[in-house]
Amino acid sequence: MKTFVCIKYVPDTSEAEVKLNPDGLTVDDSRFSFDINDADNYAVEESVQIKEAQGGEVTVLSIGPKKSEVMIRMALAKGCDKAMRVEDERMYGHDPLMVAKVLAGAIKGQEFDLVLTGCMASDDWHMSTGVALAEELGVNHASMVNKVEVLDGKVKVNRELEGGLLESVEVELPAVLTIQTGINEPRYAPIKGIRMAQKKELNVVSLDDIGVDPAAVGADASGIELEKLYIPEVVSTAEYLEGEPEEKAEKLATILHKGGLL
Amino acid sequence: MDFSLSDSEIMIQQMVRDFSQNELAPIAADLDREGRFPQEIIEKMAALDLFALPFSEDYGGTGDGYLAYVLAVEEISRACASTGITYAAHCSIGTGPIYLFGTEEQKQKWVVPCAEGKMLAAFGLTEPDAGSDAGGTKTTAVLDNGQWVINGNKCFITNATYAGVVIITAVTEPGKGAHGISAFIVPRDSEGFSVSAPYEKLGLKASDTAEIVMDNVRIPENYLLGNRGEGFKQFLQALDGGRISIGALSVGIAQASLDAALDYAKERRQFGQLISKFQAIQFKLADMATAVELARLAVYRAAWLKDQGLPFTRESAMAKLFASETAVKTALEAIQIFGGYGYTREYPVERYLRDAKLMEIGEGTSEIQRLVIARQLGC
Ligand SMILES: Cc1cc2nc3c(=O)[nH]c(=O)nc-3n(C[C@H](O)[C@H](O)[C@H](O)COP(=O)(O)OP(=O)(O)OC[C@H]3O[C@@H](n4cnc5c(N)ncnc54)[C@H](O)[C@@H]3O)c2cc1C
Repeated sequence: MKTFVCIKYVPDTSEAEVKLNPDGLTVDDSRFSFDINDADNYAVEESVQIKEAQGGEVTVLSIGPKKSEVMIRMALAKGCDKAMRVEDERMYGHDPLMVAKVLAGAIKGQEFDLVLTGCMASDDWHMSTGVALAEELGVNHASMVNKVEVLDGKVKVNRELEGGLLESVEVELPAVLTIQTGINEPRYAPIKGIRMAQKKELNVVSLDDIGVDPAAVGADASGIELEKLYIPEVVSTAEYLEGEPEEKAEKLATILHKGGLL
Repeated sequence: MDFSLSDSEIMIQQMVRDFSQNELAPIAADLDREGRFPQEIIEKMAALDLFALPFSEDYGGTGDGYLAYVLAVEEISRACASTGITYAAHCSIGTGPIYLFGTEEQKQKWVVPCAEGKMLAAFGLTEPDAGSDAGGTKTTAVLDNGQWVINGNKCFITNATYAGVVIITAVTEPGKGAHGISAFIVPRDSEGFSVSAPYEKLGLKASDTAEIVMDNVRIPENYLLGNRGEGFKQFLQALDGGRISIGALSVGIAQASLDAALDYAKERRQFGQLISKFQAIQFKLADMATAVELARLAVYRAAWLKDQGLPFTRESAMAKLFASETAVKTALEAIQIFGGYGYTREYPVERYLRDAKLMEIGEGTSEIQRLVIARQLGC
């Protein structure tokens, strides 16, 4: 089984306040620490478990800056075999379709059975990169996957639907699966794995290296233009109820009733 | 000057942080309350090769060095200082002396299983009448028919109950003072070797501290560690390294106090505003954060010096002294910021204070650190 697992380097916005840069188009990320996108962490674990059960090879693929190599090596430390990092300022990262084209360009020409991605990225919440990637590669896909069983030439997967409903589908390989959090229990990389990871192959490539035309994945090629980012104004609507407990309860009930909440 | 960590050090720090925060922090309060030694956590740590960190690959280690190990001690202690001291005592003063002074055969026999986490190690220096004045050791070792016969008591020994091997010091040349002390490798299952019930302690309740009694314990002649009569010199050297880990433990506890106090100050409202908006509280937090950062720098630098093979006796004593006093002060201030809630078991800050206090006592009290530093200054 040859697997690619696509991972993204995202900021942890729980640590500091989100502030915008003066351009109004980008977030000031200088106070954030970055790490692997949560769902991608589960995709890495799933890819390693599949390899451990079936044999084969896992390649980590990521588009990101040099400092994301620590995240990539962490995936290698957990058992992935090699990695490719794409870095090129000419691509338009706001558009998941452009991102998918670049990922597809990096995978094309290489043998693969499975491509795993996270079901969504915690920074931009597009939830569409994995599916667009399947389209670009011209292969099957299943999204929001929370169980994978490898069969002969296909995989049987569970997809999570609205209201806790599960859908079980068989998908012929090669295929792209977008992985849900909770599908497995991601391992911690043992120290010896971390050591070995420093020696594993990590290729850094540009668009030219993977044969992707910069014009086809740049801002002009995208149908999306980022106009502005803004932080919605916080309006305080808190109301303090005064009085004896019974009075407070009555006031609260009236408010809830008026608001149609009772 | 380059203050950045290597990629693998960053990864080790991150992995241990994730592990400690996910697996250890949620149970730390219960471990403290029950005084339970977390065997299952020790096993998980072994599986992640944490015990192998400071040792070379020739002896079952990973070869990552002391700084990487210090990062791990800090992160573990930030979640649970009891587990931190179990880990640190095993690596630095338990296994450390064999790694530093052992013969090839001794290292293969003892360092390898300790680095693989298959066996815990302990260090027995302190005696009822020889604490800070370790030169006053009373335990004796006499050579008899190719075996050492050891008699004496060791007190306050971390990991004593669970250790497979204990490094102890004993007088081999009576009347020669510090030059008459030698170090020995004593297997836990030796006849005549017994361990008391653990002490009831103020803090670090989930770590094991007990007394060791050696009554005509016989060990092979080649279980002498290093040269005869050099035991005193050796443990001073082992403690130089050990103090860096106590510094790292202290930084971990201090960081935990700061984290808790900062979160609380940003939630608690009095007089219609968050208490973090009061300058009096802000100044406390600013001082705490500054001290934690400086303590961390001192500890990392001492570890770095050790990794470089440069002298670090002075720096490790300074780092231990400053970091341990920072841990106590930071925990006290954290309690103050929590007000009455901080004085209760409902919040972790009272535990941080109880745990932090040992850092000013173990592996040389603050007074002894000042003596070491003054001696290094040429006093
Ligand atoms: C939880 C815990 C774990 C421990 N783990 C270990 C272990 O694994 N192995 C081990 O060998 N030991 C261990 N110890 C022992 C510890 O190292 C000693 O308690 C410590 O060195 C102090 O010795 P003491 O308790 O005998 O105090 P004393 O030496 O009796 O000191 C009493 C007081 O006098 C001061 N004092 C002593 N001499 C001087 C001086 N010359 N100048 C100024 N002041 C002085 C001290 O600073 C202290 O304030 C542990 C202790 C505890 C509590």
